[in-house]
Amino acid sequence: MIEIRDLYKTYGSGGAEVHALAGVDLDVAAGEVLMLMGPSGSGKTTLLSVMGCILRATSGSVKIEGREVARMAENKLPEVRLKHFGFIFQGFNLFPALTARENVELALKLKGLKGTRAKAEAAALLEQVGLADKLNAFPSDLSGGQKQRVAIARALAGEPPIVLADEPTAALDSQSGLTVMEILTGLARKRGRAVVVVTHDNRVLQYADRIVRIADGRVVDEEDRERAA
Amino acid sequence: MFKLAWKNLFHDRVRLAVTLVGIVFALVLILVQFGLFLSFLDTSANIVERSGADLWITAPKVPYVNGGPPLSEANRWKALAVEGVERVDRYILAWVPWKLKSGAIESVQVVGYNLDSGLGGPWNVVAGSVEDLRGEDTVMVDEIYKDLLGVTHIGQVFEISNRRARIVGFTRGIRSFTTAPFVFCSFKNAQNYGAGNLREDQAVYLLVKGKAGIALEALRAAVQAKVPELDVLTNAEMHGRTQTHWVFATGAGITTLMGAVLGLIVGVVVVAQTIYAATVDHIREFGTLKAMGASNGRIYEVILAQAAISGGMGYAVAIAIAAFIARGSEGGNAPIALPPEVAAGTLLLALAMCMGASVISIRKATRIDPAMVFRG
Ligand SMILES: Nc1ncnc2c1ncn2[C@@H]1O[C@H](COP(=O)(O)OP(=O)(O)O)[C@@H](O)[C@H]1O
Ligand SMILES: [Mg+2]
Repeated sequence: MIEIRDLYKTYGSGGAEVHALAGVDLDVAAGEVLMLMGPSGSGKTTLLSVMGCILRATSGSVKIEGREVARMAENKLPEVRLKHFGFIFQGFNLFPALTARENVELALKLKGLKGTRAKAEAAALLEQVGLADKLNAFPSDLSGGQKQRVAIARALAGEPPIVLADEPTAALDSQSGLTVMEILTGLARKRGRAVVVVTHDNRVLQYADRIVRIADGRVVDEEDRERAA
Repeated sequence: MFKLAWKNLFHDRVRLAVTLVGIVFALVLILVQFGLFLSFLDTSANIVERSGADLWITAPKVPYVNGGPPLSEANRWKALAVEGVERVDRYILAWVPWKLKSGAIESVQVVGYNLDSGLGGPWNVVAGSVEDLRGEDTVMVDEIYKDLLGVTHIGQVFEISNRRARIVGFTRGIRSFTTAPFVFCSFKNAQNYGAGNLREDQAVYLLVKGKAGIALEALRAAVQAKVPELDVLTNAEMHGRTQTHWVFATGAGITTLMGAVLGLIVGVVVVAQTIYAATVDHIREFGTLKAMGASNGRIYEVILAQAAISGGMGYAVAIAIAAFIARGSEGGNAPIALPPEVAAGTLLLALAMCMGASVISIRKATRIDPAMVFRG
């Protein structure tokens, strides 16, 4: 699904260089739930951004479903993101002027779905994250956990093969954090989506198929786990 | 994307209100000033426009229709001798004092024309008849100036240059560009009123009517050849000269045009500011859209749609206000013209103004780095 080889990412130049990624090799298999752990500043967000074609690597190779994206022209990247990825952010990043349903619809429309189909599909997705009764609620009326569930529905909209999440539970209390992780990983498994989650939260590790630890821009440890179920 | 634009706009109602006030203010200013300008263009030379004459013979270099030294009637005979000339009428336009019942004096412009041809005479007569102007000391004025001239009804008698002036009718909508109203009467009466200080055998202008189907330029050249020391202008040329004098040389028209341009500048600045502020406020959303895979084009759609919606709504309010002002100004001395072409043109202008004001916002949006979405 994703093949990363000898990946380097350097921010800045001259004396102010920061080597955020310094030779990362990593594979993400279709349908697996992979958790990225590591101390703050170790390069987790950078790795996720490069993987998600949001940030360009300094050197190395990134293949998404066999296609090399590391050398791709900047203006081709949005299309790759649109086709392959759903994103979940620590700060939710919902559109405050849109209802829960409209937030999901927007993602579906970006992916080419039209009017009533997008509307019905958005409602179905929200139902799956347990928000059937919040279709017309605005983000400001939702709790943090509910917002992140809307974000999960949005990330799954249009069936992207890979969902990338950067500390999706960091802004939530631990109970809603667990619920969110359970919903995210459960839905991804059911739909055969790969999920890469950056997290600090040891309690959510139970939902992982594999845990990758990074430090100083390098993978330092990989651990396969038995599936919870 | 249109939906997002629409919802974002209405999400922040205060900003929308500020934007709309700015747009409405700018558009009303533009419409009123431009409307004034149009009516200046119209009233400044309305007498010439409606004269019905083909050619005007004037003293050399007379800048506009309301002036000029006397011409000898001998020139009339010279012009009449030209092949293709149907008739040549003597004509007067000159300032004279009008005495109200109260004894106060108002300056008026007496228009003395040939009743037989009607060239340069009044139009839109709504009371009385031009035939009544054949009577001795009879005049006709416009309704608009009733108050100014102290006139209430037909049959009233006033004094022009210490001679009787009896009201025999009213016109409607014949405005004077200056503060001095037009007073229509026969050429003979105008002469009696001392208009232009003419001797018996003089005129201020000669109005030429060509035979049907005659080529205007050839006729002008032929008449000019007969009176080489005078100016011979087509009606259009006289119209243009008069318009140019009043609207541009006096600065009145430039002032209104500047007002309209000022409105445009105010509009662009206000709209650019509020749209830019809105873009900055929504920067995280635009970043999220980009991260989700939206191209720059989709982001521009949102910004431009916001601008277009604002422009359209502002226009709807502005045109209503402008129509109201225009209606209210109809009876006054400074009417505001609001023809459909201007109304339609202003809509395009409003949209262009708002879209143009979005340019800096679009540049800002182009530079948004989608990687921002993962940062705090
Ligand atoms: N845009 C940037 N410019 C410069 N340095 C950056 C930028 N983003 C991250 N870094 C640096 O790169 C390193 C890795 O950052 P990051 O990937 O955010 O780590 P993590 O997500 O593991 O905390 C850190 O030292 C950080 O300061
Ligand atoms: Mg991070």
